[in-house]
Amino acid sequence: MNSKVITVTSGKGGVGKTTVTANLAAALAMMGKKVVALDADIGLRNLDVVMGLENRIVYDLVDVVEGRCRLRQAMIKDKRQPELYLIPAAQTRDKMAVSPSDMILVCDQLRKEMDYVIIDSPAGIERGFRNAIAPADQVLIVTNPEVSAVRDADRIIGLVEAEEKGPAKLLINRLKPAMVARGDMLSIEDVLDILAIELIGVIPEDESILVSSNQGMPLAMSGANGVSAGQAFRNVAQRLDGANVPMLDLTYKAGFMERLRDWLAGGN
Amino acid sequence: MSWINRFFGQKEKSGAVAKQRLQMVLIHDRSDVSPGVLDQIKDDIIEVIAKRLAIDTEHVEVNLTQEGRESCLVAEIPLIANGRSRT
Repeated sequence: MNSKVITVTSGKGGVGKTTVTANLAAALAMMGKKVVALDADIGLRNLDVVMGLENRIVYDLVDVVEGRCRLRQAMIKDKRQPELYLIPAAQTRDKMAVSPSDMILVCDQLRKEMDYVIIDSPAGIERGFRNAIAPADQVLIVTNPEVSAVRDADRIIGLVEAEEKGPAKLLINRLKPAMVARGDMLSIEDVLDILAIELIGVIPEDESILVSSNQGMPLAMSGANGVSAGQAFRNVAQRLDGANVPMLDLTYKAGFMERLRDWLAGGN
Repeated sequence: MSWINRFFGQKEKSGAVAKQRLQMVLIHDRSDVSPGVLDQIKDDIIEVIAKRLAIDTEHVEVNLTQEGRESCLVAEIPLIANGRSRT
């Protein structure tokens, strides 16, 4: 089977890796693919709550690696999609419980049954990050349009290349079109100029993301069509699967009051 | 208030400031060359070149530049006009 292991990473914490992993896994499953989301953030597991599967965990990744259960037993089926699974991280162990070669072994087994394995990497550049990228066929780097996240993304791009896992692709998360229009946020073009890697998508800031993680239901499964985060995630999933989907138009359309203010200010 | 700024002269937008700052910091992050090392290299270059040519040592510049993800060390060494080698 021609399956693909995709690792979602970022360097900096809090940019939305777990949300991206949950939504891309859900969106690929909605396209009829067999998908497993794998939480590699051992000791700080979160993918289970974002996907709404936290009450069904019996075994986790460390149980698999240490031989306490079969791989299949650690795969929690998401009943909302025909072929979507989660392998949770262990919560009470640390990242040293798993090695990069363990990750390669687990993923090689998963490749036999799945179309996609989506790995949620921990923040940082230590062991957990190395575990997460070891089995990857494709690395996705998530960043936000802000200086600290972009700087860390740059460092990760270099490390991914050094591990011969490149070229990585970039996902810009939490873009605020109104702030970009005002000149108070790095634009998509700015970030691409700086990082010089291929863009796979841009997710606009969207309050529905918080609502959906409150509910444990990835937005890609339920979110509105059009210019929205849910649609943006579904488009990224299509691109990962090889489809040529145009980027969402995230140019800000100014309202009447703002245009009036700009006119009064003699600006443009 | 941004519109007040527009009345009293344009202030540089924070997005543009962010981009410039990132470009500067990443040049050093990527090459692992600190500004101090660049200064040392500059002094070394001046010493070597000045043995053979009359150069304007005050205006020598040594910088790192970026082309995509590649870094390049660029030295600009102005010669003093009519200054032939000091045999």
